[in-house]
Amino acid sequence: MKWFDYQAPRTVGEAVEAMTLHPTARALAGGTDLLVQMRAGRRTPDLIVDIKKIPELNELRYEPGAGLTLGAAVPCYRIYNDAAVSRAYPSLAEVANIIGGTQIQGRASIGGNLCNAAPSADAIPLLIALGATCRVTGPNGERTMAVSDFCTAPGQNSLEAGELLVSIHLPETPAGGGARYLRFIPRNEMDIAVAGAGVAVVLENGHIQSARIALSAVAPTPLPVDASALAGLAPDEGALRKAGEIAAAAAKPITDMRGTADYRRHLCSVLTRRALASAIAAAKETK
Amino acid sequence: MERKVHVQTTINGEAAEFLCEPRQSLLECLREILSLTGTKEGCNDGNCGACTVTMDGRIVTSCLVLGVEAQGSEITTIEGVARGNELHPLQKAFLEEAALQCGICTPGFIVAAKTLLDQEPHPTEERIRWWLANNLCRCTGYDKIVKAVQKAAAEVNQ
Ligand SMILES: Cc1cc2nc3c(=O)[nH]c(=O)nc-3n(C[C@H](O)[C@H](O)[C@H](O)COP(=O)(O)OP(=O)(O)OC[C@H]3O[C@@H](n4cnc5c(N)ncnc54)[C@H](O)[C@@H]3O)c2cc1C
Ligand code: FES
Ligand code: FES
Repeated sequence: MKWFDYQAPRTVGEAVEAMTLHPTARALAGGTDLLVQMRAGRRTPDLIVDIKKIPELNELRYEPGAGLTLGAAVPCYRIYNDAAVSRAYPSLAEVANIIGGTQIQGRASIGGNLCNAAPSADAIPLLIALGATCRVTGPNGERTMAVSDFCTAPGQNSLEAGELLVSIHLPETPAGGGARYLRFIPRNEMDIAVAGAGVAVVLENGHIQSARIALSAVAPTPLPVDASALAGLAPDEGALRKAGEIAAAAAKPITDMRGTADYRRHLCSVLTRRALASAIAAAKETK
Repeated sequence: MERKVHVQTTINGEAAEFLCEPRQSLLECLREILSLTGTKEGCNDGNCGACTVTMDGRIVTSCLVLGVEAQGSEITTIEGVARGNELHPLQKAFLEEAALQCGICTPGFIVAAKTLLDQEPHPTEERIRWWLANNLCRCTGYDKIVKAVQKAAAEVNQ
């Protein structure tokens, strides 16, 4: 790796100042993407700003009614080891448990997964489906944006110079709400998604009141899909089929060593159906 | 300015300090600066687990940790697993069950498995396999490793 300097600030303000003074600086959360990319020469920052010592970025707080505040640097293991969070957002706990293996989960954060903006990132489609927003602070102050607007291209996000992701916010799961992310990988673990689907659904009076779908690894960014056509349908086989069709039609996959475009499109259909079926089952339990 | 950083940490229960460049991984610091060569380098990108150590009680791949991040933390390596000349039950079980061939993956497997047994004395086979999914072995085919961990678990529980 090329030489760089290292700082571990204690406040968001200090981190933003350091990142603003050094335009090539990168934030370091778990380093499970960043250090791999730096070693491969794909990123060459002159300063690494370790954000793990900043209290706000380590916050993990669920408040019934208000939702979840997930600090950008919270490692995956803290999410699935937190009983209240796992109960309120089982789909999030599950995603935190499929990113890498035990060692990776000891370091990797959901914030890093989001900022790294890989098309195949496993957490992002679920965050989009759950209606997550993110809090960003920079030299010009603070702003909030939807996770669905965050990624702009492979490895690119909409953070501006000096800006830091502070936290991700998940709204409270409504009564009758359920969600699930499913991916396809050739192995059982430790692999990059060939395709994935995150689905959240809300049931009301025996019908689908609303549904959200987002896909991974089938477009230059994690892909939000317009699922408004599912509203009003009965949560049955017909709705599952329709969801699969919508997802397959929205996908813009490429052919590469992990799979052909046709195969990926087919996977989108299957994974979306299964994720919706599972989200519906979960929703029936939260009623 | 290219300046080395002074890092103060605890390694295998003893205070340790070293000078490193910010770009050096914890793995490099352990092996090349501190001469703790029990921790192995396989892939150098987080996939193989050969470089597994614990940091503040959690297993991590030390190739994906900067040495400077060890400041103020507690690290344990394979060198800290045996008690003096007394091998840990996992080390004995790996020998008795022939759970290694070339041995380059072994320190990582043992450090990872020890952390599991320290917190969960009765893991199922499935739990062991998931826990060790971040550790790769090109020689044994894993069965003997899993058996060795099960055997060690039984002994730890006696
Ligand atoms: C062996 C292995 C297996 C993996 N398996 C999976 C998998 O199954 N699924 C998956 O999706 N990913 C996987 N990954 C990729 C990676 O672990 C995840 O993307 C992880 O969530 C990244 O989080 P991190 O905290 O390590 O990020 P880091 O590497 O610390 O950061 C990632 C990027 O985001 C930037 N960044 C981080 N935090 C902030 C912030 N708060 N503000 C601004 N910028 C920030 C960094 O500068 C960097 O560019 C794997 C990686 C490895 C090495
Ligand atoms: S050398 Fe660190 S995981 Fe392979
Ligand atoms: S014994 Fe050779 S890699 Fe495991």
